[in-house]
Amino acid sequence: MIGNLRTFLLFAAVACLLVLTGEMQSWSTALLIFNMGLISAIMSLGVNLQWGFAGLFNIGVMGFVALGGLATVLVSMPPTTDAWAAGGAQVLLGLLTGAAVIVAAALALRHLPKSRLRGATVLAILVGGFFLYRWVFDPGVDAVEAVNPAGTGYLGGLGLPVLFAWPMGGVLAAGAAWIIGKAALGLRSDYLAIATLGIAEIILAVMKNEDWLSRGVKNVNGIPRPVPNEIDLQNDAGFVATAQGIGLDPVTASSLYIKLSYSILFAVVLVVLLVLAQLALKSPWGRMMRAIRDNEVAAEAMGKDVTARHLQVFILGSAVCGVAGAMMTTLDGQLIPTSYQPLRFTFLIWVMVIVGGSGNNLGAVLGGFVIWFLWVQVEPIGLWLMQMITAPLSEDSALRAHLIESAAHMRLLTMGLILLLVLRFSPRGLIPEK
Amino acid sequence: MDLLNALVALSNFVLVPAIAYGAQLALGALGVTLIYGILRFSNFAHGDTMAFGTMATILVTWWFQSMGIGFGPLPTALLALPFGILACVLLLIGTDRAVYRFYRAQKAKPVILVIVSIGVMFIMNGLVRFIIGPGDQRFADGERFIVTARDFQAMTGLDEGLALKTTQGITVVTAVIVVAALFWFLNRTRTGKSMRAYSDNEDLALLSGIDPERVVLITWLIVGALATVAGVLYGLDKSFKPFTYFQLLLPVFASAIVGGLGNPLGAIAGGFIIAFSEVTITYAWKKVLGYSLPESLEPSGLVQLLSTDYKFAVSFVILLIVLLFRPTGLFRGKSV
Repeated sequence: MIGNLRTFLLFAAVACLLVLTGEMQSWSTALLIFNMGLISAIMSLGVNLQWGFAGLFNIGVMGFVALGGLATVLVSMPPTTDAWAAGGAQVLLGLLTGAAVIVAAALALRHLPKSRLRGATVLAILVGGFFLYRWVFDPGVDAVEAVNPAGTGYLGGLGLPVLFAWPMGGVLAAGAAWIIGKAALGLRSDYLAIATLGIAEIILAVMKNEDWLSRGVKNVNGIPRPVPNEIDLQNDAGFVATAQGIGLDPVTASSLYIKLSYSILFAVVLVVLLVLAQLALKSPWGRMMRAIRDNEVAAEAMGKDVTARHLQVFILGSAVCGVAGAMMTTLDGQLIPTSYQPLRFTFLIWVMVIVGGSGNNLGAVLGGFVIWFLWVQVEPIGLWLMQMITAPLSEDSALRAHLIESAAHMRLLTMGLILLLVLRFSPRGLIPEK
Repeated sequence: MDLLNALVALSNFVLVPAIAYGAQLALGALGVTLIYGILRFSNFAHGDTMAFGTMATILVTWWFQSMGIGFGPLPTALLALPFGILACVLLLIGTDRAVYRFYRAQKAKPVILVIVSIGVMFIMNGLVRFIIGPGDQRFADGERFIVTARDFQAMTGLDEGLALKTTQGITVVTAVIVVAALFWFLNRTRTGKSMRAYSDNEDLALLSGIDPERVVLITWLIVGALATVAGVLYGLDKSFKPFTYFQLLLPVFASAIVGGLGNPLGAIAGGFIIAFSEVTITYAWKKVLGYSLPESLEPSGLVQLLSTDYKFAVSFVILLIVLLFRPTGLFRGKSV
């Protein structure tokens, strides 16, 4: 009962903070924070599945989030028919060749008797296959990228409604997680960490360089939206009349309306995922997961397949991160590969989980909201603090200018401090696991 | 003649840069491996430790430059290096006292310490950006080249030139001195031996009267020095940018793991393995092949296996292969 009260009070406090932001800054800012808070909460649910349930140390969250963003482009953008005609088939053929080479190498590794010859054969297949793949693949890519490089220069997507991209983001991330998990899950915890960190960098490198896929660093803009445009609302006589009825000017009203629509969409996803996660946690499956987390050897002795369960939960958690990534790209309306940074998209999510309370779904959600709120608000607070501290210094003092200019970097410092303080004094987080 | 040209081009674009980069990685990996051996966790703050040491060195360098102190043809940063090391060591020991000691006393699980080191990473990263800003800083001064490409061509009469940058020369010389000193310390001195004993078997070391706090203190001292030297050499050779140093974490860890975590010799070997594979796989081989192959076989494309942006992928794939087939690394590291 006390635990429930504490949870309720903490969530109420977050709501108060948001309302305060709405009153003191603007409702638009408050809704923006709320929307990203919802997405952060979903990401942190995903990480909590892996770390809180199963004790898997995945610091490649950024990669799965980025894959979700890629899914948005692949699903919702209109297909570039010229590019498909120019080299689409060849690109696909190239990818198939690449996949065939890897499968052939894997088959050779598995079925040939263990000897020097096997190593040489596998190596020959891989090296030869690599050149074959490049020979098929490169002309296709050149052809695709040559089609109107300033406007498209990529294959485009499927042209489906953007909401389909959300589950698709999950599927894409799950697929990547399956491959990574197969290779890396047997490793020790800190090796797994390095492996996932590396994978995330590779996924990002692919998204930055493969222009045919997602235009690389040229970014994809104008991703279709699941909600109407502000301009259309402002031209809609009925909407304008309603807005004026509540005493808002149409421009503000339309912006708030759009943000609220996103909030509702995101909240539905969060609630569904949260309910599923809670059910999973309380089910026999959840108990088994925690048993494995707490003592792998004992769980294995009880006949549980530890590696398979780890793989399962790794895929699930990554898929949740992928869904969140797709939602975030939908909210932004554009895919900017260079904006994905590990500090923001991997380690910050970890801070959310640890601060919220690892192993507790509600804790993870709370952590998502609290930390995101701080991440956004620390900058103005830091600026204000710096101005207060430096007020005694003269107007043109170089130190003062430097301090005020550097206030933007306060947020990293603050996040580190929060993480260390929570780990030291309340290692189980704001809402501890039961 | 053509073969000589091919050899020179190969040295200029692959061997020399890879040796310099490998030396920098090896120094970074030595720090990681020492922490792993003695303190028994993977320190994710290492990239930012390197950044902090380098930043301190840069600040002192600027101060020296403003006072007109130089080091002749060598970069002023070498004079500032001891001060940078001092600042870095003080920060590390302070961090250990304020943060890590608590968990050591609790005998916390390694993964908890890794998460703690992520918090430290955030703070150090923020600190560096706070003090020096997130931008690019170049602080190399003095003579730029030991041998320029043109001098080399004039000297040898070859078509290809071999440029040797001062920073590359300094990197290799410094790395050799530092590594020699480190190995002498670990193998010959009483303190070094007590460190190795502590790394091999903590309980036995404690029983034989080795003071763990002293061992830990000296480890941080050495790690601070190694990280600063590695960071300054990398910064002199390329440039200093906080985010790049954070990203160095991946190749540095790959080097340490490929060599075998906890094994200093492995860290050095790992550094060069990673550096050489990164450079060779992302280098466009057209020129070298053009000289060494008969004209009929001359390649038409660039013969670049992967674009340079995939260099992380290279270190990573090597890491994965080693982990899958030899989980403790090439040189038999330890595992906790």
